[in-house]
Amino acid sequence: MSLLLFIEQVLNGLQFGVMLFLMAAGLTLIFGVMGLINLAHGSLYMIGAFAAAAVSAATGSFLLGLAASLAAAAAAGALIEVVVIRRLYDKDHLDQVLATFALILIFSEGTRWVFGSFPLYLDVPSYLAGSVTLPGGIEYPLYRLAIIAIGLLVAAGLFALIAWTRIGIQIRAGESDREMIAVLGVNISALYTIVFALGAALAGFAGALIGAIQSVQVGMGEPVLILAFVVIVIGGIGSIKGALVGAILVGLTDTLGRTLLPVAFDTFMTASAANAVGSALASMSIYILMAVLLVFKPTGLFGSA
Amino acid sequence: MQRETLINIIVLALLVLFPLWAWQADEPFMITLATRAVILALAGVGLNLALGLGGMVSFGHAVFFGVGGYAMGILASHAQSYEPIFEWPFLFEGSKFMPLIWLVAILSSGLAALAIGALSLRTSGVYFIMITLAFGQMFFYFTISWPAYGGEDGLSVYVRNGFPGLNTLDPIQFYGICLAILAIVLFAMSRLARSSFGLALSAARQNEERVQAVGIGVFRLRLMAFTISGAITGLAGALFADLNRFVSPVMFSWQTSGEIMIFVILGGVGRLYGPVIGAVLFIVLEHELGGLSEYWHIYLGALLLGVVLFARGGLIGVLAGREVAHD
Repeated sequence: MSLLLFIEQVLNGLQFGVMLFLMAAGLTLIFGVMGLINLAHGSLYMIGAFAAAAVSAATGSFLLGLAASLAAAAAAGALIEVVVIRRLYDKDHLDQVLATFALILIFSEGTRWVFGSFPLYLDVPSYLAGSVTLPGGIEYPLYRLAIIAIGLLVAAGLFALIAWTRIGIQIRAGESDREMIAVLGVNISALYTIVFALGAALAGFAGALIGAIQSVQVGMGEPVLILAFVVIVIGGIGSIKGALVGAILVGLTDTLGRTLLPVAFDTFMTASAANAVGSALASMSIYILMAVLLVFKPTGLFGSA
Repeated sequence: MQRETLINIIVLALLVLFPLWAWQADEPFMITLATRAVILALAGVGLNLALGLGGMVSFGHAVFFGVGGYAMGILASHAQSYEPIFEWPFLFEGSKFMPLIWLVAILSSGLAALAIGALSLRTSGVYFIMITLAFGQMFFYFTISWPAYGGEDGLSVYVRNGFPGLNTLDPIQFYGICLAILAIVLFAMSRLARSSFGLALSAARQNEERVQAVGIGVFRLRLMAFTISGAITGLAGALFADLNRFVSPVMFSWQTSGEIMIFVILGGVGRLYGPVIGAVLFIVLEHELGGLSEYWHIYLGALLLGVVLFARGGLIGVLAGREVAHD
C-alpha cells in the first residue's frame, strides 16, 4: 500500500471519527448529567438528516438545511424530554433501554409514514464540491475536509461551553451532585431539557452532514448509534474528553482495519481467503477493541468507577 | 400468587386448544403463527433467567438465538451436501436428526454464553448492557462477511429436519414438538427458581454484597445462570430456524435482542410465564395491527412505552396485581 493511500485512509478515519464524536458527545452528556441511556439518539440523527434534506430541497440552500437540522432535532429532543424521557430519570437502565427502544419504533415508522420508504438525497453544495490537492499531492474531497474542520470546531466550542459558561458550570455540577445543585436554586428540570436538546441538536447536525455523503433514509441512525455507544463506552461514559478520544480511535480503527487487514493477511494467505478473513475481522475490529478494553479497564479510558 | 397460577393455567390451555382448533378448522397459517409464538416464548424464557431472576440486562441474546439457528443451518446444509463438517480430530458429519441438532445448538450457544458471560460479567450496569450489545454486533458482522455459510444472503434448508416417529412437515406435529419443549423448559425453570441456585441468584440481584458475605461466589453464580440462559435461547434459535427453514444474519441483529427483551417486558419481568404471554401478545399484535396498518410498529412502540411508564409488572402485573412470590 502506498503512503498516499494510507494518508487518505487516515483522513477518512478522522472524518468518520469526528462525526461519531458529534453523536457520542450528546449521548455521553445525557448519560453524565441525567444518568440516562438514550437509544433514541439515532432517531434524532435521522430527524436532522430528513429535516436538512427536505428544507434544502425546498429552498435550494444547504446552509438553511443545516440550520433546519439543528432546529428540528433540538425541538424533537426537547419534546421527547418533556413528554417521555423526564419520567425515566429515576427508573433503572432496563426501563430506559426499553422506553427509548419504543421511541425508535415510533420515530422510524413515523418518518416512514411521512416521507415514504424511498431514500431522500441531499446534495453537497457547489462551493464544497470537488476535491482539493493537499501537500504531498493527495487529492481529497473538499466536503470531507470541511466535515473534519466543522467537527473539530464544534468539539472546541463544546469544550469551551462546558469549561467557561454558566450553563457549562451547571452541567458539570449536575454531573457530580444532582441534589446539591437543585438545592442551590438551579432549575434542574430546565437544565435537563436544555442538555437533552443540545445533545439532540448535535446528533441532528451530524445526521445532516453525513446525509450529503450517504442517502437519507429510515434506519440510518441505528448503526451510527451503536458505534456512538461503543465510542462512549471506550472513552468512559460521561466524559466528553473520553468521547473525543474514543471517537477518533473508533473512526481510525474501523477505516484503517478495512483497508489494512485484508492487505496484511494477503502476505501469508491466498488472495480470496485473505479478503474473507480480513474483511470479517475488520468489520468486527471495533467491537473487539471495545471488548478487550472493557475486560482490562471496565469503566473505559476516562471513566470514573 | 393464586391469580398468577390461574393465568398461567389459562395461557397453557390456550396454547394447547388454539392450535387444535386451527387444525380442526384447517387453518395451517394459524398453527404456524402459534408455533412462532411458542418458539419466541422459549427464547424469552431463556433471557428471563438472566434478566428477571439474575438482574443481568443482556442486550446481546440475539447471539445465542443466532448461534442456535446457525448450528441447525450448518448441520442441515452439510447433511444436504454430504460433506463432513470436519474430519479431524474426529469425523463430524452433517445431520437432519432434530435431537442431535438441538444438542449441538444447546452446547454451542451455551459455550458462546460462557465465553461472553466470562468477559462481560466483569462489568456491570450500563457497561454490561453495552458490552453484550457489542458482542451481538460482532457476531452479526462476522456472519455477514463470512462467505462460507451464505454470508449476507443467509442459508436455506430445503426440507425440515426429522424427528423419529413424527412427520415434522405437518404443522400441528411440529407445533407439538415445540410446545413440549417449552413445557419441559418452563417446568425446569419453575424448579430452578425454587432451588438453592435460583434463590441465591435472585438474592444476588437484590443485594450482591450480602450474598457475597455469606460465602456464595456471585460471579460464578451469574456466569452459570447466563450460560443456561444462553443455551435455552440457542435451542429456541434452532427451532426458529427449523420453522423458517432459513437462517440469516438478521437472527444476530440487535433488533432481535431488543425483541426478545420486549417479550419479557410485555409479559412481566421475572414471572415464569412472563415471556410466554409477552411473545403471544407480540405475535397477536403483529398479526392484528399488521393487518390494520403497515405502520404497526408505531402502535407497538406506544404500547411498550405505556408498559414501561405505567405498568411496571407487564401484563401479568396488571392482571395478577403486585406479586409477592417470584423472589
